[in-house]
Amino acid sequence: MSEVKRGYIRPLDLKHGRVDMTHGSGGRAMVQLISELFAKHLGNTYLGQGNDGAVLPAPVLNGQPARLVMSTDCHVVSPLFFPGGDIGCLSVHGTLNDVAVMGATPLYLAAGFILEEGFALADLARIVESMARAASSAGVPVVTGDTKVVERGKGDGIFITTTGVGVLPDGLSLGGAHARAGDVVLVSGTIGDHGVAIMSLRENLSFEAAITSDTAALHGLIAKLLATGADIRCLRDPTRGGLASTLNEIAEQSGVGMMLDEKTIPIKPVVAAACEFLGLDPLYVANEGKLIVICAAADAPQLLDVMHAHPLGRDAARIGEVLADDHHFVQLTTAFGGRRIVDWLAGEQLPRIC
Amino acid sequence: MKYIDEFRDGAVAQTLAGKIARLAQPQRNYSFMEFCGGHTHAISRYGLSDLLPANVRMVHGPGCPVCVLPIGRIDMAIKLALQHKVILCSYGDTLRVPASNSLSLLKAKARGGDIRMVYSTLDALQIARDNPQREVVFFAIGFETTTPPTALAILQAAQEQLTNFSVLCCHVLTPAAITQILESPEVRQWGTVPIDGFIGPAHVSTVIGSRPYEFFAEEYRKPVVIAGFEPLDVMQAILMLIAQVNDGRAEVENEFARAVCRDGNRKAQDRVAEVFELRHEFEWRGLSMVPYSALKIREKYGAFDAERRFKMDYTSVPDNKACECGAILRGVKRPQDCKIFGTVCTPENPVGSCMVSSEGACAAHYSFGRYKDMA
Amino acid sequence: MCLALPVKVIEVGCGPDGEHAMVDLGGVKKEISLALLDDVQVGDYVILHVGYALSKLDPEEAERTLALFSEMSESDLTAP
Repeated sequence: MSEVKRGYIRPLDLKHGRVDMTHGSGGRAMVQLISELFAKHLGNTYLGQGNDGAVLPAPVLNGQPARLVMSTDCHVVSPLFFPGGDIGCLSVHGTLNDVAVMGATPLYLAAGFILEEGFALADLARIVESMARAASSAGVPVVTGDTKVVERGKGDGIFITTTGVGVLPDGLSLGGAHARAGDVVLVSGTIGDHGVAIMSLRENLSFEAAITSDTAALHGLIAKLLATGADIRCLRDPTRGGLASTLNEIAEQSGVGMMLDEKTIPIKPVVAAACEFLGLDPLYVANEGKLIVICAAADAPQLLDVMHAHPLGRDAARIGEVLADDHHFVQLTTAFGGRRIVDWLAGEQLPRIC
Repeated sequence: MKYIDEFRDGAVAQTLAGKIARLAQPQRNYSFMEFCGGHTHAISRYGLSDLLPANVRMVHGPGCPVCVLPIGRIDMAIKLALQHKVILCSYGDTLRVPASNSLSLLKAKARGGDIRMVYSTLDALQIARDNPQREVVFFAIGFETTTPPTALAILQAAQEQLTNFSVLCCHVLTPAAITQILESPEVRQWGTVPIDGFIGPAHVSTVIGSRPYEFFAEEYRKPVVIAGFEPLDVMQAILMLIAQVNDGRAEVENEFARAVCRDGNRKAQDRVAEVFELRHEFEWRGLSMVPYSALKIREKYGAFDAERRFKMDYTSVPDNKACECGAILRGVKRPQDCKIFGTVCTPENPVGSCMVSSEGACAAHYSFGRYKDMA
Repeated sequence: MCLALPVKVIEVGCGPDGEHAMVDLGGVKKEISLALLDDVQVGDYVILHVGYALSKLDPEEAERTLALFSEMSESDLTAP
């Protein structure tokens, strides 16, 4: 008689195993992938319901029905693992931040995975564990998800889409259209860290530099800023396209101009040096853990104090002001004493040689 | 950053601005051409024009090798990628230049061309080693600064007997370009070129030395000051040019003495001479045919010449009729003077090369300075 | 004209032929080729362009140039 235990399933080989087409087919292999990898790390009561959709309680804040904020983000970063993070925690932080900058408290996350046939399970496990850690530190569970597998060559290892939902207190209205002349522009810390950390690993551009991505969940810092009751017009996290792109968006939405002071924009010397090497303008380089705050001038000092007291805001600075301008230009006084505009990014930033 | 930060000091800039304002004679106008795209970029990026008095004007010259690259040459590179299916390695700047059939290298990549951005010829050589079964072509553009690295790449490939590596050579020469400006049609029309002096390129000069500019100073009676790359260098050079003009001198002065000497880098020059020879003539975008202004690969290294290897012919493609890049590159028109500047032709949809490269006069003005036009 | 940077040589004799060097700029390190220069020592500054060192920087000339910027001439010192 066979000695094999009833109901025994050989566990996933997380060391050497690879994703194959069966993992996306809806059959036993997929169930195993979900239970031994996704659910194992991301598990919570909602995910544990095991249905097609998670049933969540009605959003209530301070005893009142609250408005919902929802945001979604797709993540295709390459390379998948970089100094300071990976696609996993990036996908969690990014969506949390998009919800939080609206003034909402993030409550739930959803995650969708598109896996390429042949993707190493060891890498997948690493990514999912990182997501789980990020979600758990933030106190926001991943309540539902989906996985699909595409043939080898049809997907760059892994793509992740995350969606976040949060609740917004009554009376709070933050947005890119609210900036007015006389307001002040603050940034929570040094710019360009993430983009340069990524560039340092990309094929064909190699250098050793102690630069790490700044990927981080900002909702804790944002909650502290909102708790001051200060007159905050807009919060935004400047990701792809950098500080310059986000400020141009806000200027356009609000119908105003801006004047920045180059000397006040915080940047790590080593990031500035890397941008020199690559011929990049740090104003256009991606960030993943920074906040732009547009606020009434009188409230700027207090908000800066709050940021300085927080680990994610130590290098916060006032970098400029909002002005009336029909052309909606974002301008800059250079450290040199001259003036220039900080225009929308044209195309993709390509390192210059000439 | 040493040798960078000190040359960007804002306080010293004010001192130099003061000196320039005092030296520039109020009753005359000064027009200086900075030849080098890197200088154009520095002037825009630091807002240098704001620090100059109204009667000192900077004119942007054709020293941007991307800007002077004719459409036909980019078509060749695209053809290599899409038809010959090579791995086409290119510096980043060239990727967005618009070519024929609404293509650019970037758009060709979207259509399946294996086009890879490299930072150095060293990367291209490595790609050739890593992909022995594929043909790898390096799209070589640039003035004399960028030519020695290409020469070395070919010498290296020859030494390693790499059979899958070749170069599409589009290297051009600075002195020839300067001559074109000084002999442009407008000169015949007006009797003189409306430029009082030149800021000589920084890094080209580290290779060719200051000697080649002596010919221009003597022959055309125009002062040349070779300037370093940083904004203070440019301001000092402007000061020195104003002094020369006031004194009626036409000499070659070297502000970038920390990196440039009269003879230049002989080793680099020798390597270039070993691998390349002069083309009889070469088309420059905006300047049309210029004699003895560009390089081709010598017969001896013919195996590494992509034009020979893939039997490519050059077809000239004219610029859009409304495009004023030619006049702008020669310094006789400004970007604002072009009818399609900022409307049809923008950094997103560049019609001409001056708008594509961030050092092109039009791109620089659009990105950094167009707010001044609107005032 | 082309993007070139003054970088500090921190190690020589690297690379497959010993012709490469490690350089540092503000904390960023990169391996580059010295094939176009002779006689480069650790501690020297070179001008780097597309992966190659093109010329050596002369520290004395650099100091002279900086001094030149700040130099006040006779006419500057007298009242306007």
